[in-house]
Amino acid sequence: MTARLPAGRVFLYAALALLAAAYLTPAYMAVITALKFPGDITLPTAWNFPVAFNWGSFSEALEKLRPNLVNSVILTVSATALSTVLGSLNGYVFSKWKFKGSEVVFTLFLFGMFIPYQIILIPLFQALRAVNLYGGLPGLILAHVVYGLPITTLIFRNFYAQIPTSLIESARLDGAGFFSIYLRIVFPLSVPGFVVTSLWQFTQIWNEFLWGICLTRHTANPITVGLAQLAGGQAVSWNLPMAGSILAALPVLTIYIFLGRYFIRGLLAGSVKE
Amino acid sequence: MRVLFTDRTKAFLTLLPSIILIGVFVYGFIGNTAYLSMTDWGKEGALAVDPVINFIGPQNYVDLFTGFLDARFRQDLVNAVFYSVFLLAGAVGLGLFIAILLDRKPRGEDFLRTVFLYPMSLSFIVSGTIWRWLLAPQGGVNILPTYVGLPPIHFRWLSSTDMVLQFNWQNLLQILLYLTAFIMIVWGLLRLKEEGGRAVRRLLLPGSILGALAWLGGGFLPQAYFMEEIHGFNLATLGIIMATVWQYSGYTMALYLAGFHGISQDMVDAARLDGASDAAYYRYIAIPMLKPITISAIIILSHISLKMFDIIFAMTGPDNGQTGHPALLMYLTTFRANDFAKGAAIAVVLFLVAATFIIPYLVSSYHKKGGK
Repeated sequence: MTARLPAGRVFLYAALALLAAAYLTPAYMAVITALKFPGDITLPTAWNFPVAFNWGSFSEALEKLRPNLVNSVILTVSATALSTVLGSLNGYVFSKWKFKGSEVVFTLFLFGMFIPYQIILIPLFQALRAVNLYGGLPGLILAHVVYGLPITTLIFRNFYAQIPTSLIESARLDGAGFFSIYLRIVFPLSVPGFVVTSLWQFTQIWNEFLWGICLTRHTANPITVGLAQLAGGQAVSWNLPMAGSILAALPVLTIYIFLGRYFIRGLLAGSVKE
Repeated sequence: MRVLFTDRTKAFLTLLPSIILIGVFVYGFIGNTAYLSMTDWGKEGALAVDPVINFIGPQNYVDLFTGFLDARFRQDLVNAVFYSVFLLAGAVGLGLFIAILLDRKPRGEDFLRTVFLYPMSLSFIVSGTIWRWLLAPQGGVNILPTYVGLPPIHFRWLSSTDMVLQFNWQNLLQILLYLTAFIMIVWGLLRLKEEGGRAVRRLLLPGSILGALAWLGGGFLPQAYFMEEIHGFNLATLGIIMATVWQYSGYTMALYLAGFHGISQDMVDAARLDGASDAAYYRYIAIPMLKPITISAIIILSHISLKMFDIIFAMTGPDNGQTGHPALLMYLTTFRANDFAKGAAIAVVLFLVAATFIIPYLVSSYHKKGGK
């Protein structure tokens, strides 16, 4: 094959090498700029490898972003856990306990995942103010849990559809009820579903910006907002925003590189493809 | 039988909290925003505990589309159309191209897939920050040609004030008619082979007549605005489009690649036996089979393009008029200017645009499920 179509193979590898280089360029730029001393960063030498490594960029960026990172960890872990558990229960009902109209309800759920969030922003802002949750992390967690329900429910529903209904039927004949079937049969089979859903939710919530900036006060700002502020100033020396970007990207990037398979499954589930 | 009944009740009660949450937070809030968009809530005392809110009907929408002060909204809307079109074309085209390359099973496929997909895992704020530096006028991408002996590029990626494809907002109706005619004609041409005369009668002929009428009768159409107002494609948005395509083409690649892998080997072998070349295999077999994936990708990407808030914010800040987007304008209007009613109206416009894509998609996927 390789011998028969050398021209095609050469084109294939050349195109892939070129594309891969282009896709890695921003990562290269972020790393080398983060490792430079502010004085060494000039536009004409932007592509050059650092003359001397400035590892201090990372500790300095970490110092500045620490409160935001702590907020994001709390936010992401709790919102991911809550929305995943709720999604699992919902998916169980939608796939194994269908009732009249459950498909319509499910479709109405899904709609919530496709709305531009500006449409709910003002009432959400008002509602959180009314119940004294505006400005802090609990309000943000609530928002992420509620608007995470459509996607988590969708992933679990499609996942549970693969569990044979006969398994549920026979358990029911043995006298198992709604919750014991869930706990004894469905939940133990759900580990991959939980992995896919929680990875998906983790990356989504970690990366979210709009609610972070609209619904939290300074002390509760998540990492994306902290980074935007760090990078937003005009007279900023670029090693700090780059180091901050790398820090902010690290958790999701790690997940992606080591658990990429599950991440892709989350992606595919997110496209409503059954 | 009694056991079954209580179990069903338990199932429903398990779902109930989520139904209530979605009902209130999605549907209730959408309704509330729609109502607020028809009030005068804003300016002084907007943030009071109990603000005075009067119902004023569709006035905010009239202002947005025809008011002198809201020219920025109209340009942002035009920007949003271009953002969407270019993101769709770029991410679908590039993603499909990479997927076909990877489907040829090169060595290191796993590694390459990771390389093309990693941008997708990043936050728009992270990628926006990095791309802002890459697109700095006298550095980054602009000086890359000098490394191969070419002169540097002088394009101001994020701050250019050049505008192409300009049109006068007054002629909006005429332009919309042209667009409709254009889409009908293109669609008709695509259908020509399959449907022949029907395509001519249903699409080509009416499309041509509509286009001719819009051209001849353009002068008689009511004007959408009282004075000349030029809008167009802002070149400053190119950098943002490039960054977004970089970030999301891996997503379409993953979708298509999964689709290609799902095509049975029998099918591939049969095509080969029939003498189909690689190009013919993709053109006539693989890509048509993956039509549902293309539709999913278009839906998700157009949804993302309507939410480009984050990356524009990170790359040019929210106040840059050239790269504006209704999503940002909604934020500025609502949370900076405290004009909640108008912010709500902008949100409703965004929502309606999104809904025209999403609702048909959801309804059809619901029917497909029901039919199974």
